[in-house]
Amino acid sequence: MKAFVVEDGVAVPFDQADVDTDQILPARYLRRPRQGGYGQFLFRDVRFNDDDSERPDFILNQAPYRSASIMVADRNFGCGSSREQAPWGLVDHGIRCVIAADFGDIFYLNSLKTGLLPVQLDIAVCVRMREQLHAQPGAHVRVDLPAQTVTGPDGQVYAFKMDAFRKKCLVEGLDEIGVTLQHDAALKSFEVQYRQAHPWLFNL
Amino acid sequence: MGLTLYEKIWHAHKVLDGDDGQSLLHVARHLVHDGSVHAFQFLKEKGLSVRRSDQVAATPDHGISTHSHVMAAITDPEQRRVVERLVENTQAHGILHFPLGDPRQGIVHVVGPEQGLTQPGMVLVCGDSHTSTHGALGALAFGAGASEITHVLATQSTWQRRSKTLRVRVEGERGAHVSAKDVILAIIAKLGSNGAAGHVIEYAGSVIRAMSIEERLTVCNMSIEAGARAGMVAPDDTTFAYLQGRAYAPKGAMWEQALDHWRTLPSDLDARFDVDIQLDASALAPMVTWGNSPQDGLPITACVPNPQDEPDSEKRAGMERSLAYMGLQAGMALQDIAVDQVFIGSCTNGRIEDLRAAAAVARLGQAKVPVLVSPGSTRVKLEAEREGLDQIFKQAGFEWRESGCSMCVGMNGDLVASGKRCASTSNRNFVGRQGPGSRTHLMGPAMAAAAALTGRLTDVRSLVK
Repeated sequence: MKAFVVEDGVAVPFDQADVDTDQILPARYLRRPRQGGYGQFLFRDVRFNDDDSERPDFILNQAPYRSASIMVADRNFGCGSSREQAPWGLVDHGIRCVIAADFGDIFYLNSLKTGLLPVQLDIAVCVRMREQLHAQPGAHVRVDLPAQTVTGPDGQVYAFKMDAFRKKCLVEGLDEIGVTLQHDAALKSFEVQYRQAHPWLFNL
Repeated sequence: MGLTLYEKIWHAHKVLDGDDGQSLLHVARHLVHDGSVHAFQFLKEKGLSVRRSDQVAATPDHGISTHSHVMAAITDPEQRRVVERLVENTQAHGILHFPLGDPRQGIVHVVGPEQGLTQPGMVLVCGDSHTSTHGALGALAFGAGASEITHVLATQSTWQRRSKTLRVRVEGERGAHVSAKDVILAIIAKLGSNGAAGHVIEYAGSVIRAMSIEERLTVCNMSIEAGARAGMVAPDDTTFAYLQGRAYAPKGAMWEQALDHWRTLPSDLDARFDVDIQLDASALAPMVTWGNSPQDGLPITACVPNPQDEPDSEKRAGMERSLAYMGLQAGMALQDIAVDQVFIGSCTNGRIEDLRAAAAVARLGQAKVPVLVSPGSTRVKLEAEREGLDQIFKQAGFEWRESGCSMCVGMNGDLVASGKRCASTSNRNFVGRQGPGSRTHLMGPAMAAAAALTGRLTDVRSLVK
């Protein structure tokens, strides 16, 4: 997983609540091999016309935002399906951090495992930052994961919460499986005890 | 203080506590499907193997053809590749697999309960958000993405932060033709699309207790549409009667031992829930959705809402966007909305009781629009044919297909064309969910059959006396 430490980049305001993962990454692309990249499928049906030409009204197609690495969204970003391909699409397009008032639960967890940092800030802060970004297209936002702070376009600093283990994995680009397997002895003894207590489950 | 069902399962599966409030939970059962292809690939790239293959079961559902279950019927090479990979991966790792052509094949969330793979008190994980379905049997069941599925394959465990608990008590008398789908659509409308974020829902109350397991599966299935981590119902005699005799349910002395354990699972009387809400079922009518979020459910007797009545400007903009996408006018009666086609099936409403409810309406007339019926599993299909439901559907002009996820997610080519409107028993009405430009109205199976007979959204109570 690509590490995330500090990202200081163009932020794109995304003024929509309940952005579901079917919109972020339509179902028909989900079986593509991971190594082929998913950036081209990101928001496919709202970003492109049927003939593959770009839709100029879609914000990621507009000049100052094409190079955005941070997205400032609204409520319930990434709701719906558990497809990890949604964060793959964002990361492959160059978005490293999404800031929203809250997230779809599974999208949030998937993002952390994909090198995409989901940052939860108050809805009023999200709305204010989006207004500032509309007023100054191309303005930067700075996200500092070790310090757990976001610096808005106006220099205002906001703190955000993050689980320590998730943060460590992201900052160091750690594979969680490797960390878990360090507990192999605990896993083994639990499995023995669980099998003894629930013998009826082991008949597949 | 007593414990909730959720807390009891949590403690019984906790391997260890991390130092930041997360815990490592053992996964008792892991279900995989054709979409798990990326996780198997990641596992291979990491040089890892499946840790506990005797706790994993598999069946293809998302990308398979509903015209025929021979492999060659999958015309999209990408979809066929992943269904073939599931055969290879399950063989290579020694995983129980119900492949195409096997009478036990079906949508993974229909197969788990009907084969007795899903049982009370277990932590169950699957790479699909509708894994919440399995909570109907008193399991803690949730979906995950490819990396987490890789983690579960490699370690048979998952890092989790304790969720808060939310109890929804459904009390009162359900009126005639108010289905489990109507109950959950009403709950989601009340909670909102992320109203249960950070929570595990326990559905309780006299209405839930009186429901069959299949109805409870429908309710738990859509917990994710309110943003919940999981949804569950305490196991009771209805649960035990449902499980007894199923292929992978315990037998003989093991059954008695399991039963003793399962009876300890329901939330204690003095257990405390972080949030407790109540819903009066006697006030409910059959529901349909009008917009692009499952929270947009209304009684069929209502009208399309007017954005001008919404004081919040962000919400108003969202409503206007939905009305434009859905091609609807504010204030029009929901029953005046004409549909182009109907879909009956999915992990929400593809079980035998759903097909019986749809057939009871289908026998009253002829379809005015194309109707696709896809049973939730091959077992459901065979049972429906034994009962003659397929004949009722065919006589009414409904198309009778094989089982699979089909038009709910449209990955297998069963699509709603751009600008077309579908009355659907599935779980999501998102923009483009059933195909680019598709317009979806969610409802229960009897309501979908009613829409098929009239060609518009219809109150099933006006057809069935």
